[in-house]
Amino acid sequence: MKYEAGLQKDRAEKKSLIIEHLHSLQDANPKQFLSEDDLKKCAKEFNLTMAEVYGIASYYSMFSLKPRGKYIIRLCKSSVCHMMGAENMASKIESLCKTKFGNTSANDLFTLEYAECLGQCEKAPAMMINKNVHGSLNPESLEKIIENLKKENA
Amino acid sequence: MIAEKRISLARIEKINADSIDDSLKAGAYNGLKKALTMNPEEMIEKFEKSGLRGRGGAGFPTGLKQKFTRSSCLDCEKYIICNADEGEPGTFKDRVIMERDPHMLIEGMIIAAYVIGASRGFIYIRGEYQRSIEVLQKAIEDSNKNGFLGENVLGSGFNFNLELRLGAGSYLCGEELTLLESLEGKRGYPRIKPPFPAQKGLWESPTLINNVETFSHLPAILNEGLDWYTSLGTEESKGTKIFTITGRVQKPGFYEMEMGCTLRELLFDIAGGMKDGYEFKGALLGGAAGTFVDESFLDIPLAYETLKARGATLGSGAILVLDQETDMPSLLHNLMDFFKHESCGKCVPCRVGTTMLTEMAAKLKNEPELIHKMTKEAHYMAETSLCPLGQSPILPLKSYREYYS
Repeated sequence: MKYEAGLQKDRAEKKSLIIEHLHSLQDANPKQFLSEDDLKKCAKEFNLTMAEVYGIASYYSMFSLKPRGKYIIRLCKSSVCHMMGAENMASKIESLCKTKFGNTSANDLFTLEYAECLGQCEKAPAMMINKNVHGSLNPESLEKIIENLKKENA
Repeated sequence: MIAEKRISLARIEKINADSIDDSLKAGAYNGLKKALTMNPEEMIEKFEKSGLRGRGGAGFPTGLKQKFTRSSCLDCEKYIICNADEGEPGTFKDRVIMERDPHMLIEGMIIAAYVIGASRGFIYIRGEYQRSIEVLQKAIEDSNKNGFLGENVLGSGFNFNLELRLGAGSYLCGEELTLLESLEGKRGYPRIKPPFPAQKGLWESPTLINNVETFSHLPAILNEGLDWYTSLGTEESKGTKIFTITGRVQKPGFYEMEMGCTLRELLFDIAGGMKDGYEFKGALLGGAAGTFVDESFLDIPLAYETLKARGATLGSGAILVLDQETDMPSLLHNLMDFFKHESCGKCVPCRVGTTMLTEMAAKLKNEPELIHKMTKEAHYMAETSLCPLGQSPILPLKSYREYYS
């Protein structure tokens, strides 16, 4: 009986790495999302059903189940950024990136997402582009950041 | 004039966070060296007497939590977890500690692990804190290389391994029982309590969970002594607290203050007052799960007991300053929308309730009397939801009704 308990414990401990594993699968996917194949790989790795893996992947907002662009713009919309003008930044971002929040631009360059508090409140309004933080946003600084990315990819 | 008093942040301007040598020169791990010569029970007593309370928001006595976890079983496996899933809107104190003095946190965790008899620990950190993750990864490696972590810590015979675990964007996972679910690799659904983590936590073993800022107080209590620590703060709120002050103030940012300083001192003496053209109208204390206050709170000491006596909360130490241009109904709508987005959906009253509250908040500007209905609904939600998320909307709503409607 004892070895069975040990086996169960090992399995449980391994499962605690599943979020890490999903992060790394998503980071490795050129379209920055978890494809059905990715989920299958994860299910096999952890000996779980697809339903279980899907349940986990779909719960957490940092995981995407649909393909995304090269740059994921995550604009903070929580209270401090909201008060400091995040909504104006949102419409500016939409017009600069030529797509709406929740979507990816036609050239696959930008995906626009809202995020809850990013913990950058002293620099509100703030956003992340992929893993980098940009704070104290205003229409001018936004334009500069996004036009630069466009130029790099022209 | 009042000045900052730094414990958690004592070293941040003196060191390069990526250099353990810098940190060592500035006194890192001296508290641990002391701890290893002491008896764990004696240390728990010390932490109990220090009056230190959890800095994540709930304010539970830290020494007592250690005692419960230690005494839960003597020779079984126990775990220690640092809650670094900082997500309360307006809060970024833990990020500052992790990015700028990671060894302060690691040292605090090793001390706590030694105290409760845990040989394994985890830092559960939110996935968005990229810089903190990188700094901590390196710091854990360096700490291992220097013998503070791993087998036989500093030759004491005590073993302690520390690992990072990433979250992936869920506010709810900052709630300690939900955090455990997430750490076990599941969806972030809250657990029914009891049992509390001190009895059955990670993988059903006794587990001590503390916030980043809480751990970072332990080394100083051992180094500087009880008399020093208890001389700081008020009767029921000892030590210091990091406040993050935001909104239209001259110098928004993080400030570590002795407990019991007033909002007036913090805002006008420390943060430089309001931006030109803006007038102080009040504040939201403690983030979304916090309370609104008005001008009458300017001279009330910022401490657990004094705020509680006025129906307010210190929470995580977030202070969002409101001015004459703040659109209050829109801010309240934003808070309700936040809860709606973060509700996990497990408890029906919370899932349906947060949606209803958001819909009502959208109409609040034209129908101000809706606030009464909202407060009533939020009250039902608080009574019938399992975890703090469903129990939270009542806090901003009730205080909004009191001061802003």
